[in-house]
Amino acid sequence: MALSNVLETPPSGFNFENVFRNVALEGLLEGGHTKAPKPKKTGTTIAGVVCKDGVVLGADTRATSGEVVADKMCAKIHYIAPNIYCCGAGTAADTEKTTDLLSSNLTIFSMDSGRNPRVVMAANILQDMLFRYRGQIGANLILGGVDCTGSHLYTVGPYGDTDKVLYLAMGSGDLAALGILEDRFKPNMKLEEAKELVRDAIHSGIMSDLGSGSNIDICVITKQGVDYIRPYQESEYQDKRQRTYKYRPGTTPILTEKIVPLEVEVVKETIQRMDTV
Amino acid sequence: MERKYMESQIKGVSTGTTILAVTFNGGVVIGSDSRASMGGNYVCSKTINKLIQVHDRIFCCIAGSLADAQAVTKMAKFQISLHSIQMDSPPLVKAAASILKELCYNNKEELQAGFITAGWDKKRGPQVYTVALGGMLLSMPFTIGGSGSTYIYGYTDAKYKPDMTKEECLQFATNALALAMGRDNVSGGVAHLVVITEEGVEHVVIPGDKLPKFHDE
Repeated sequence: MALSNVLETPPSGFNFENVFRNVALEGLLEGGHTKAPKPKKTGTTIAGVVCKDGVVLGADTRATSGEVVADKMCAKIHYIAPNIYCCGAGTAADTEKTTDLLSSNLTIFSMDSGRNPRVVMAANILQDMLFRYRGQIGANLILGGVDCTGSHLYTVGPYGDTDKVLYLAMGSGDLAALGILEDRFKPNMKLEEAKELVRDAIHSGIMSDLGSGSNIDICVITKQGVDYIRPYQESEYQDKRQRTYKYRPGTTPILTEKIVPLEVEVVKETIQRMDTV
Repeated sequence: MERKYMESQIKGVSTGTTILAVTFNGGVVIGSDSRASMGGNYVCSKTINKLIQVHDRIFCCIAGSLADAQAVTKMAKFQISLHSIQMDSPPLVKAAASILKELCYNNKEELQAGFITAGWDKKRGPQVYTVALGGMLLSMPFTIGGSGSTYIYGYTDAKYKPDMTKEECLQFATNALALAMGRDNVSGGVAHLVVITEEGVEHVVIPGDKLPKFHDE
């Protein structure tokens, strides 16, 4: 093939080797005294809407680790290509790495072929990747972008199922957000209306779901370009720090000071001339 | 997401479904509903496409795990294209069905998807093949599949006639789909029908409220 994907796809047929490896690993870990570590999940609300001139993606910014909020300003809308962005729900590491891998592959592809990547290609690559891992990669992704064929919104599930849709919500707060979207979505909405709709949908997820919270990020993709508004709306519950927690130099008394000079010996020196005009 | 998996045997999104294909005089009608569910009580999508075009005059309907079915049909589409280029002629429907059967049979441990392949080719005209879960391949004049098919075996066995006209066949398929969608909770949405003949392919969509209603509705 003249143009190949950098990530080599396995030879003919399906490759399910990882299934057996995973079963073996589980057996090893559960049988022993250590338990498999619990991955950090982005209990999340993400939503996307296709409007008249483009696509609007939205997400909350809370990342949880068990019952504690690990990150109050986590970025869940990932860059894939100048005209394609992806929201990720599920295991934080999985969504990050999958979208990074996708982004690298698409960049190399567009350099090789001289064409801008299309949203449908990104969705296909994601589908292939996630299907190969049989649901072990916990990434629920909303892929949205504008390319030469129009504005598109795709959902990709952890098992590798895809669907092309006009509006979508995912994550632990998806049912709350979906209620808002089902009620107010209309095809071919104006951009401002679509932004408000997505904001309201994410807000509903934040209010009704414990795993979602903090601020709302919005990403607007149109033919003209991308407007990544982070944050679009800050949380009403920002805490006001009572005092500054910075300490001025000299707060900690210095008791002793010991200086050890590092002796570095020059072993070899080479000079290479560069021809610069 | 985990709370939704509960009772279903299929992990992830499944197309608990009604699919069918019926031959008539000069072509074949292939149809499906449009619902995708997760765990038996959450509808993930009301507008999923279960009629996948694998070649110019060959379509495939999918049932079972959506991820598995989409992956298999993508692979099959590629292999059918390659076969058609190598032979320098459109593929036979039987060839397409066999490719699906090979994929399903060789990976039967890991896959949970069933298919109905239907189409038209120059050698044998309109044909319908069913590829079951384990990889069994059967050819028949008409076939139904998916979870909703259990409710319409009686209707289809009684009402099918060989050599119907296109209109009779469309009506038969629409009625069958409507009856199944009416009784099966994991089938629903709109009815998608595709008519494949020598001349070409025609896609008919019947929204839920325009489906035929029977005595109790």
